[in-house]
Amino acid sequence: MALLNVQGVTKRFGGLVANDSISFAVPEGSLFAVIGPNGAGKTTLFNAISGFFAPTSGRILFDGQDVTGLAQADIAQRGLIRTYQLVQLFKDMTVAENVQVGFHRMTSGNVGAALLRGAGFRRQEEHIREETRSLLTFVGLGNRADVMADTLPYGQQRLLEVARALAAQPRLLLLDEPAAGLNTQETDALADTILRINARGVTVVLIEHDMGLVMKVAQRIAVLDFGRKIAEGTPAEIRSDPAVIAAYLGTEAEHA
Amino acid sequence: MISPAITSTRPRAAWTAALPVIAAGALIAYGLTSSGYIATVLGFAAIYGVFCTGLNFFMGYTGQASFGQNAFAALGGYGSAILTDRLGLEPVLAILASMSIAGIVALVVGYPTLRLRGHYLAMATFALGLITYEITIEWTSLTHGYMGYSGIPPLGLFGYELANEKQQLVALVVIALFGVWISNRLRNSRFGRALRAIAGSEAAAAALGINVARYKLAAFVIAALYASVAGSLFAHFIGFISPEVFGTAMVVLSFTMLYLGGIGTTWGPLVGALIASLIPEVLRSTLPGGLKEGQDIVYCAILILILIFVPKGLSSLGSLWQARRSAVREG
Repeated sequence: MALLNVQGVTKRFGGLVANDSISFAVPEGSLFAVIGPNGAGKTTLFNAISGFFAPTSGRILFDGQDVTGLAQADIAQRGLIRTYQLVQLFKDMTVAENVQVGFHRMTSGNVGAALLRGAGFRRQEEHIREETRSLLTFVGLGNRADVMADTLPYGQQRLLEVARALAAQPRLLLLDEPAAGLNTQETDALADTILRINARGVTVVLIEHDMGLVMKVAQRIAVLDFGRKIAEGTPAEIRSDPAVIAAYLGTEAEHA
Repeated sequence: MISPAITSTRPRAAWTAALPVIAAGALIAYGLTSSGYIATVLGFAAIYGVFCTGLNFFMGYTGQASFGQNAFAALGGYGSAILTDRLGLEPVLAILASMSIAGIVALVVGYPTLRLRGHYLAMATFALGLITYEITIEWTSLTHGYMGYSGIPPLGLFGYELANEKQQLVALVVIALFGVWISNRLRNSRFGRALRAIAGSEAAAAALGINVARYKLAAFVIAALYASVAGSLFAHFIGFISPEVFGTAMVVLSFTMLYLGGIGTTWGPLVGALIASLIPEVLRSTLPGGLKEGQDIVYCAILILILIFVPKGLSSLGSLWQARRSAVREG
């Protein structure tokens, strides 16, 4: 069954139709990519799916349940976790603390627990610290745990955002242009990381400009252009789709 | 920014943990051995320390603006005055009752207000302080208006009163330290991390499942509880309150303390309250005759210099030193 089902999602900003009746289904455990030229409506689509804002019309089903128009935190609580195109780190916190925030969804206890610090609280904090260490190692930031997040170079900030999202144990991970601003080497490392995340059983939906990355990791691709879905298929099918070539790859092919 | 002494998981030298206690002990000793006046100044500092430690939950950890926290100090102060005078409650019970009222008011006022952000939130909270100020002036049958409320009994427990300002000073410092202890426990927990995440990026916090509105409200209510206690303590310490005590000057002074000591840090608010309270007294007693009239200017100059050279507050000095030392070690 599809973990994410996007049904006829439309988003209008005044007269501008940013998303025009977009539909697709993401099977559980798959690695799905959404591509398209600048301004095609990719981030708008992510914002609608993740509850950053509600779509004008259409439905979004997550795990068979209608989550259209729910608050962002409620959608995240169900295990649909996103990252942002412009990294949104908690700058006044260390790298490790950033990841620790990610455990919010899977942990419990507020003021009372923090004041009393019973055995349960300490066990949970210990668990969070251990898992944080292993997640930072997983994305290759194991030796940066105690530095302030905003002192990391840009590429590592992106990896930190991914580690933080993983701490929330997503069932579905939405990655919004994770390779933006990365060099070739960093992009290759990122591709590897995304594949390993997917291998852990996390369903991944990826928005990406970097065609090399998408073709390398995605099992299935949807192509947007001017707010419409113009094609969907495997990387091989997308590569040879005339509509896609006309809209997108024609100008990008030499870079890819 | 954030002192590694607080966040580090390494069992760092025990003296860093003991330092605040030693400093507090030294201050109490100083207060007890000098004049009653100095004891009063230090008592004020402890009361403001409580107020600022609370405000730090909302403005420091959570990164929101409130220009109206004096409203809750007024609630605490007048609550204590009225409940002890009219109902003959014990000061401690009056403090607790006032806290409950302040907490409920913060909940009711905060729920709609905290939907605002940035400048709008600042204006709305500022209005809250002004409205409370007007009420304390106009509702004379309850508050005695401009005249203020006098004859408020001193702190005490079970009929035993703390007779002079030196005994009260000890109680105030203990309460202030307890306030910081709570702040430290809350900061380094799931709850505190959620607040600090909101300060860093509301969008990212929400994307990780944090209910931003609810945590903001929690921080606002906690700040109000601290403010209410501070207002009550003031009433019992001085024995007299008037609308001016909880006026806009309180907001300005608490902001100075917060930034001076280090906003967002655990100890910063108390350190800032202490330094900002002591500088004028030190100047008064050490400046040579001709400069005495200019002590306000010197005071402001010191504040500006501190903010320029230690922008993250005095409580960050330790970590600055540490950063330099480890930079040397690595380099």
